Amino acid sequence: MQREVTFAGICGFIATSVLAVLVLIGSRNLAHFDAALVAYTASILFATFGLTYRYTMWLQRPPTALYWKRGWQVFLKRKYLRKNMINGFRHVTEDMALNRFIFERSRMRGITHFLIMWGCIIAISITFPLVFGWLHFESVPGEIDMYQAHVFGFPTFTFPSGSIFGFLIFHGLVWSALITVSGVMLAMRRRMREEGAAALQFFVEDFLPLILLFAVCITGLMLTASYTWLKGYAYDFIAILHAITVIITFLWLPFGKFFHIFQRPAQIGVRFYKYVGEREEPALCRRCNTPFTSLMHVQDLITTEKQLGYNYEIPGTSVEHYQWICPRCRRAMLALAQGQLWQRQLGGESPASIAYTPATPTYVNPGLGEGPLGHEDANNFHP
Amino acid sequence: MPKPEKYEFFIDISRCIGCQACVQACSECDTHKGVSMIQLDYVDRSVSTQTVPVVCMHCDSPTCAEVCPADAIKRTGDGVVQTARKPRCIACNNCVLACPFGVPKMHNEMNLMMKCDMCYDRTSVGLKPMCASVCPSQALFYGTREEIERLRPSSHPINSFQFGQQMITTKVNMMVPNEPHVRLIDIAMSMDQSPAPQLISHDPLLANLYEE
Repeated sequence: MQREVTFAGICGFIATSVLAVLVLIGSRNLAHFDAALVAYTASILFATFGLTYRYTMWLQRPPTALYWKRGWQVFLKRKYLRKNMINGFRHVTEDMALNRFIFERSRMRGITHFLIMWGCIIAISITFPLVFGWLHFESVPGEIDMYQAHVFGFPTFTFPSGSIFGFLIFHGLVWSALITVSGVMLAMRRRMREEGAAALQFFVEDFLPLILLFAVCITGLMLTASYTWLKGYAYDFIAILHAITVIITFLWLPFGKFFHIFQRPAQIGVRFYKYVGEREEPALCRRCNTPFTSLMHVQDLITTEKQLGYNYEIPGTSVEHYQWICPRCRRAMLALAQGQLWQRQLGGESPASIAYTPATPTYVNPGLGEGPLGHEDANNFHP
Repeated sequence: MPKPEKYEFFIDISRCIGCQACVQACSECDTHKGVSMIQLDYVDRSVSTQTVPVVCMHCDSPTCAEVCPADAIKRTGDGVVQTARKPRCIACNNCVLACPFGVPKMHNEMNLMMKCDMCYDRTSVGLKPMCASVCPSQALFYGTREEIERLRPSSHPINSFQFGQQMITTKVNMMVPNEPHVRLIDIAMSMDQSPAPQLISHDPLLANLYEE
């Protein structure tokens, strides 16, 4: 464990150092660095260390490490590389950008997550470059009404400061806050009204992130309200309040629910693993002789289980390892094992005396576990 | 909220009549509306009508959680192994393939594994799980140990299962006959076993239903 901790610590240190150097370079040796934002920068640097540390520790867990390695191996397989790249682009668009799989869970959950996610992405893509001094705006010399955006110290596009475009750009954080707050409200509503959610949720895991996002957005909007309509009333106080909420959120990034932002892209690797697995040799159940997953997956799971200290080996049999039995047969064997005990008590013909080839157990209901009427049940009972 | 300790889940597969009431009731649960977590299979449709209902056994050391690369499956302090946490599950199938009881279900369209959480919204406040409350033959039974001992004098609950060299202990109990007295079920021993009811002379279902 000590070795893993040291390695994760080193990775965290390197990532933090790289970001600090980029801040120095991007702000032209702090020439464009806003000293008022130094606390933000410090909290982001801390978050970078924490996130890298946790991510590295996570990647070193046996199942994660194996998936990480295999994910890259199957992605880079020459035979599938082209198709993997096309699929990868599709998954990034559908899963990551559009949250299609969350819409499948429920439309309202999809809308909620979509709003929170894109609100945060817009806000981060504006604030991070500003805080690091990577982006700043200057008046164009000789043209007092024109502004120019400077990225990494290099001048880019210009625009009239009083234009609609300028208004939209300078209020980018207002739009992102409104989008995020809408999502947070929907999420709060669900968590306070749904009995199912109420049974499973935890304050720290599920409510705190929403409260933090809400606090960041509302204090930010209060700043705009203060200088736009209240002649800067309580501006300094609100600014400090906003800074505190943002800094707490950054410090919380590596610990709570927000970590899924960094964990979640792993599902793209899983997609490659499944895609290639389906096209390679399958694993046959050693009871019913039916293919049930890829050979690679069974072999990888046997390795992982051994690393974790599980011992599902069945020595002296053709099965060798319980992992070679398909999930359906495992369920059937549970019933058969119990039946065998009753048979021992009650007697009867021994099944071992007749030739019997085990068949693949079949689902009782035709809707594959969705209810006797399949998908219709969902419509009938949960419109 | 912790689940009241005095209630336990008892499963007696030989009592199952395959009526699917549990499957339907399960899909009414608040935590996974419209989706059933019960796995109900015909053991071998061609030779027997025997059905096997499987709920999560809630292992003390859950293999599904250990092999999860995303750390998505959590076991609560009261021993209930929860369904995958939605923000984390990456739909890799590790849990589905590793569970020795074959419990988890993958929903690919949602990128989400869902499994029985013993109706946590109900059991955590002292109510019966949906499946146990509707099971007509009480193959799925939720109650106290005293109740089950009184109702089933010829069988007793055990919670140890042997899979090859691996012993797994569970929160959910399985009913086994008193004679011969066993402390664990060796699942791998039934590898080539055929469904029993058709073959043995004394119907274990009836014997088990009507105690003398």
